[in-house]
Amino acid sequence: MTASTGVEGLSDIDELQKQSHPIRGIVALILGVIALIFAIGFAISLGAADISLSTVWTAITQFSPELTTHQIIHDIRLPRVLGAALVGASFAVAGAIMQGMTRNPLADSGLLGLNSGAAFMLAVCFAFFPGMPYMFLILWSFVGAGLGVAIVYGVGSLSKGGLSPMRLVLAGAAVSALLGALGEGIALYYRIGQDLAFWYAGGVSGTMWSHLQILSPWILIAMIGALILSRSITLLSLGEEIAIGLGQRTAVVRVWGMVIVLILAGAAVSVVGAVGFVGLIVPHFTRYIVGHDYRWIISCSLVYGALLVVLADLVARTINPPYETPIGALIALIGVPFFLYLARKGGKEL
Amino acid sequence: MSNNFLTQNQQKVRRKNFLIIATLIVLIVITFVISMNTGVIKLTPWEVISTLFGQGDAQQQLILFQFRLPRIVIGVLVGMGLAMAGAVLQGISKNALADPGILGINAGAGLAVMLYISFFSTTKSAPVYLLPVLAFLGAGITALLIYTLSYKRYEGITPMRLILTGIAVAAGISSAMIVLTLRLTPENYQFVATWLAGSIWGSNWRFVLSLLPWLLILLPFIYSKSRVLNILNLGEITSIGLGASIEKERRWLLAASVGLAGASVSVSGGIGFVGLIAPHLARQLVGANHQFMLPTAALLGGFLVLLADTIGRSILEPSEIPAGIVVAVFGAPYFLYLLARLKE
Repeated sequence: MTASTGVEGLSDIDELQKQSHPIRGIVALILGVIALIFAIGFAISLGAADISLSTVWTAITQFSPELTTHQIIHDIRLPRVLGAALVGASFAVAGAIMQGMTRNPLADSGLLGLNSGAAFMLAVCFAFFPGMPYMFLILWSFVGAGLGVAIVYGVGSLSKGGLSPMRLVLAGAAVSALLGALGEGIALYYRIGQDLAFWYAGGVSGTMWSHLQILSPWILIAMIGALILSRSITLLSLGEEIAIGLGQRTAVVRVWGMVIVLILAGAAVSVVGAVGFVGLIVPHFTRYIVGHDYRWIISCSLVYGALLVVLADLVARTINPPYETPIGALIALIGVPFFLYLARKGGKEL
Repeated sequence: MSNNFLTQNQQKVRRKNFLIIATLIVLIVITFVISMNTGVIKLTPWEVISTLFGQGDAQQQLILFQFRLPRIVIGVLVGMGLAMAGAVLQGISKNALADPGILGINAGAGLAVMLYISFFSTTKSAPVYLLPVLAFLGAGITALLIYTLSYKRYEGITPMRLILTGIAVAAGISSAMIVLTLRLTPENYQFVATWLAGSIWGSNWRFVLSLLPWLLILLPFIYSKSRVLNILNLGEITSIGLGASIEKERRWLLAASVGLAGASVSVSGGIGFVGLIAPHLARQLVGANHQFMLPTAALLGGFLVLLADTIGRSILEPSEIPAGIVVAVFGAPYFLYLLARLKE
């Protein structure tokens, strides 16, 4: 199979307009935002100490440091929930951009080696520069993500017949195996394995305000970039020739798209570790609802990605207290069957 | 086919192939001697040889016979098992990139062993003979799962769907493993992590004995099917025409391959890529005829794991790098190279 089977029959813009549903997009966006707000509220109020929603509200609007509940909300729950939302939005938007640019229904930062690249670099930092400030950690995370994706795409571009979905996924699996093995070797040698495992698996539990302060500008800028780029990505998703025919400078779009993906995936991995499948599931779901216009796909992915991870984190810490169930495992619970479904359909869905 | 009918050219090829196989055996022996020398306590090659023939002192005998020799033997056996498993998988799926590691069969075996370790027993008292059986069960269930999930009525199993399904199943299994690792004590964690990374940890004759029966039964069985594998290579329609009952043969071979992978994983953890690399190199050396390809692949597999273990033990003395990591560092780039070269 070739990469072009994805959008058969979608050969021009008129077709695209038919397949785009702006009204559904607006409705989905509004419903998503409402659901996200509720999810965040519940996620803050539920936990080892149950706190009523009204207290949550007053803690946010009229914070008083003397109250324990307010302190729990302010110091632990709020940054955690916001971290989850940021991570989810980042993975999902990164996945949407990759799927659009590569026209590959299986593209996802986890499957393509970005996540494992970032995680590998973080293992290196943990081992050789313990106590490295978070600000630099996240920069290295970007570099690692870049490393992973560079190898995968390098292999793809050297291949006869280019990057088919299968080839991309296989290359991603091999790169993940390689970087995973290297990271594991380092972790075993320096005996930081379980620290790393906890950190990879522990999800967003350790998120602090200081992390968010460093992360959010990156993510915010990348998100704005993604929205600006979204129209061009729609054109790219129609195919290189069509995009060029419509006067687009595809190389520029690709470079910027890749930079945004690296920032988003790298930042998310630096918080939560190598969590896969968010970037695979969410864009498919939103595409199914809003059609093929990436302006809607990206903005809805942003909201629903955040919603997915906030909910996953809520389940992760309430399902088996006092233990935290790894977020990645929970999301894989949905992600693996979904991936299997896509594999069965032969990847004809984009 | 009797020898009388072989053309001169075929005889030449045969001679070349035997030469290659002999060279591999020599290489294994050389690596064997080097590996016997590798470790914190140095022994000269002469001391190794004389100890092997019963001339060494008590300490030398202890080191060689109780620590190094079983480990080396296990390395070779594991390599052979994984390589044959990979060769069979590639043969029956007609997919050049099939490998028990990539398809998630190793992960399934690993999960079964890990479940046992984390729920029933500490590592020391775990009955070693049970581990290969457990690993086989884990590998078998995983293989069955992948087979069922990638099977489509009227279409059968396409190579692409098989591999994608394998990757997804492997992802699911590894997240189950992460959940389990977090419950372990730090000591157990270090053990499990080292094991998962593909370390030949069972440096003990008991593990040799628990592994050996599997190989002694399954390797000859697979070799006896080399003509079937050759026929399968010709493609579905030709092989039906030639009268091989494909589906049945395929299932037997798959079961044998799963058994080999499971038994190997139970003593060595997940050494990936051996099952991929060894058959490929073998095909380049001796051609696609399974009669030569299978033994060559097995020898190459044994050689690769032995070499990787020796490198892993000596590169950062006194600590070790698991053989699986060394193999992955060389194997993954080779896989990528194959991937880039392969036409779909």
